[in-house]
Amino acid sequence: MWASPGRLKAKGIIGMNRRNIRYIGRYNDRRLYPLVDDKLKTKLLATQHGITTPALIGTIATQFDVKRIGAMVEAHPGFVIKPAKGSGGKGILVIEHHDGEGYVKPSGHRLQHEDLQRHVSNILSGLYSLGGTPDVALVESLIAFDETLAAYTYEGVPDIRVIVFQGYPVMAMMRLSTAASDGKANLHQGAVGVGLDIASGHALRGVQFDRPRSDHPDTGHELASLHVPDWEVLLRLAASCYEMTGLGYLGTDMVLDRHNGPMLLELNARPGLAIQMTNGEGLRPRLDLIERQTPGVGVAERVAFARHHFARAGELQPGPGDAPRTRLVAHRSDA
Amino acid sequence: MSRVPFYLLVGTLLLIGIVVTLYRHMALDVPWSPGEQRHIWEVEAQVNFVADGDPVKASLALPTHQRGFRVLTENTASSGYGLSYLDEPTGRRAQWSIRQAAGAQQLYYSVQMLVAPDAAPPPTSRPPARQDIAWERPYDTAAQAIIDRAWQRSADAFTFSRQLVGHFSGDQQEENARLLLTQFDRATLLVRLLDQAGIATRKVNALMLEDGRRRQSLSAWLQVFDENGEWVLINPETGEQGRPDNLLLWEASDQAVLEVQGGSRSQVTFSMIRHNEPASVAVRNQLAGDTLLNFSIHSLPLEEQSLFKTILLIPIGALVVVLLRVLVGLKTSGTFMPVLIALAFIQTSLFTGLVGFLLIVAVGLVIRSYLSHLNLLLVARVSAVIITVIAIISLFSVVAYRMGLNAGLTITFFPMIILSWTIERMSILWEEEGPKEVLIQGGGSLLTAVLAYLAMNNPWIRHITFNFLGVQLILMALILMLGNYTGYRLLELRRFKPVTED
Repeated sequence: MWASPGRLKAKGIIGMNRRNIRYIGRYNDRRLYPLVDDKLKTKLLATQHGITTPALIGTIATQFDVKRIGAMVEAHPGFVIKPAKGSGGKGILVIEHHDGEGYVKPSGHRLQHEDLQRHVSNILSGLYSLGGTPDVALVESLIAFDETLAAYTYEGVPDIRVIVFQGYPVMAMMRLSTAASDGKANLHQGAVGVGLDIASGHALRGVQFDRPRSDHPDTGHELASLHVPDWEVLLRLAASCYEMTGLGYLGTDMVLDRHNGPMLLELNARPGLAIQMTNGEGLRPRLDLIERQTPGVGVAERVAFARHHFARAGELQPGPGDAPRTRLVAHRSDA
Repeated sequence: MSRVPFYLLVGTLLLIGIVVTLYRHMALDVPWSPGEQRHIWEVEAQVNFVADGDPVKASLALPTHQRGFRVLTENTASSGYGLSYLDEPTGRRAQWSIRQAAGAQQLYYSVQMLVAPDAAPPPTSRPPARQDIAWERPYDTAAQAIIDRAWQRSADAFTFSRQLVGHFSGDQQEENARLLLTQFDRATLLVRLLDQAGIATRKVNALMLEDGRRRQSLSAWLQVFDENGEWVLINPETGEQGRPDNLLLWEASDQAVLEVQGGSRSQVTFSMIRHNEPASVAVRNQLAGDTLLNFSIHSLPLEEQSLFKTILLIPIGALVVVLLRVLVGLKTSGTFMPVLIALAFIQTSLFTGLVGFLLIVAVGLVIRSYLSHLNLLLVARVSAVIITVIAIISLFSVVAYRMGLNAGLTITFFPMIILSWTIERMSILWEEEGPKEVLIQGGGSLLTAVLAYLAMNNPWIRHITFNFLGVQLILMALILMLGNYTGYRLLELRRFKPVTED
C-alpha cells in the first residue's frame, strides 16, 4: 500500500514539493508564465518561431460575439473549442463533425447550437481559466491524427508529453484517451499513459489510474508495440520550445498530424509528475545530469545528448547500446 | 541563490517568538495552560475621617507590584470626590479632593492582587544613612548601651538587627529597653537605633493577609539593608527575619499611609477576601503595561478582544491547511475555504455544523444543476447561487426552530459567499471530472475543516494563541519552513508505490 520514502528516493522519484520548489520555482520565471498559460499567445509565439500548431479557425473574445460561433465553424467539419487560459484540459470541447441537427462529440453525444453557445459563454466568463479571470475562446480545426495510432486510442486524439528541462528532452509519454476519460487525454481522468523511450520513441510501459497496464482498456490493443513516428522531429520540436519561451522546466504537449507531422498543441509551465509512473522511473537522475551540463548548446546537440543518455529498453526493444544515429535511420524507414 | 537569508529570517522569527513568549510567561506570570488556578486577594481600604467643611485633600499610599504579588485591577468609590493617581518617586498614591465637605466621610479603594510567587520585586533604593540622631538624656546612654551590646553579639547588619529587636521583645526585655519604649513606639525606636548604628533601615507598612478579615490595620515592619544593598524584612515584635508569604507591603518608602488635609480623626482600615480564579481570568485582569514587551491584546476594549480571539486562531487553521497539503497531500476545494468552514464550526458546534454544511451544499448542488441549464453568465449564476444559499439557510433556520432545534439557528454563521463558491466549484467539478472527484475534494475539504476546527477549538491552543502573541511569530517561522520542504507528501508514498514494484 505504501512505499518508503527511501525506496522512492532510490528510484529518483520527484514529489510535488520538490518539483514546485526545486524546478518550477527555480527555473521558471513567473514573468514568462503568460506565454504558456495563454494558449493564444503560445500559438502566436510558435508561429513566429516556425513551430507548427493546429490551424486557428478563430477566436471569440466578447459575449456579444458568442452568436458568431455557428457561422465560424460552418465550413469546418471537425473543430475544437478551448479556453485560452484553461488548465488541465478543462473546458476543451471536441466536435468531430456537425450537421443540421447538431454537433457530434467523439463519444457520439449530440450537442445543440445553444449548448455550444453556453460553452463559449462559460469560457469567456472565466469558468475554466486560472483564477477565474475573463478569458478568450479559441476555435481550432480538428487534428487529423496519424492512423497508425488509431488502434491505441479510444475516441480522442492521443498526445505526446515531453518534459523539457533547460532545453533537453528528459522524459516522454503518450496519453491515450479512453472511455473512462471521456475522450480526453488526461491521466487523472482515466487516460492511459504510455512511457516512451527518449532514444527511440518506443513504448516502455503503460499506466492507467497510476496502476500498470499492458493493453488499452477499450480497444484491447497491446501497448508494447506502440512507437511514435518522426521521433527526432518531435524531440527537436519539443526542445526548441525552450528557446521559444525561456522556461527551464517545461511540459510540451504534441500531436501527430497525418499531413503536417508533429504539431505543438500546448505548453505547460507546471507539468505533472505522472510521467514518472508511465516511465517506471524517476526524473531526478536525468534532471541532475542535465544540471551538470554547460548551457548554450544547440537544439540538435541537446536532442542527441538526451537520446544517447536516456535510452531505455522497452519490452520489444533491443538494448540501449546502439548509437542514436543508426536508430534514427531505422525508425525513419519504419514510418 | 543563497538560502542563508531565509534561514536567518526563520531563525530570527523563532528566536523573537520564543523570547517574547517566555517573557510573557515568566515576567508577567501568564500560565501555559488555561486550567491553572490563580489565587487572588481582594483587599479593600476604607478611609474614614471627619471633614471640617473646607476643601479636603486625602492622600492614600497604594501598593505596587512586589515580591509575591502583582496588582491586577484597582477601583475606588468616593461620591463627589475628584480622584487622581500620583506616581511619585516614593510610591504610588491615590489623591481624593473636594471643594467642600463636612461631617463623616468615607472613601474606598479596592485592589485585586494576584498571588505570584515568582513576581520580580521592584528595585528598592537604599535609604540614606542618617547621622543626625539626637537623644535627650538619659535616653542617649540607654540607646548606646543597647547598641553596644547588640553589636558585640552580631556579625553583620541583619544579625545586628535581630539582636536589637530581641532586646525589646519577650522576657529578655531589659531596663534600658523599657525606658526607651516609654518615649517612642517600637518601630520608630528601632529605626532610630539602627540608624544610629549606621545601618540603613526604613519603616514599611504592611498588611497581613488573612481570608475574610475585616477592619484590619497595617503593621510596621523593618526593612534592613546591608552594605550590598540587599534587604530583608524584620518583624519588630519578634525579631524574625523574612517576609511571610501572606504579607503585602502596602507602603514601602517610609511615607505616611494616609494624609488628610481639611479633616480630622482620619483612619484607614482594611478588609480582605481571597478567591481562586482560572488563570485566564487572572491574565485578563492584568493591568496593561505600556512597554513594548508587554504588548498585549488585553489592552484593547473587551469587544475587540473577543474579535482578536478568533483572528489569532486563523494562523492555526492556516498551519493545519499547510500541514495537510504539503506533508499529507490532501486535495481541498479552495485552499483556505476549510479554515472558514472551521471558523463557522466553532460557532455552530461540530455536529450541527457538519449536518448544516452537508445540507446546504447538497441542496445547493441540486439547484445549481438546474441553473446550469439556464445558460447564464458566470457572475450572475454565482449570485443566483448566493441567493439560493441564503434561502436555504433561512428555510433551515425556521424549520429547525419550529421543530424545537435551537442548534439549527446557528447555521447562519456559515460564510455564505464562500459556500456559494464552493457549490459552484463542486458543481463544475462534477460536470467535468465526475462525482468521484467531488467526493475526493469535498471529503478532503471537510476533513481539513474538521481537523482545523479541532485544533482551533482546543482550549489550550486558544489560550496560548490569545495570551502569547509571540506564538504567531513561531507559527510564521514554522509555515516558512514548511514552504521550503522538498520531501515527499504522505499520499505520494502511495501514489508512486507501483514504480518501486518492478
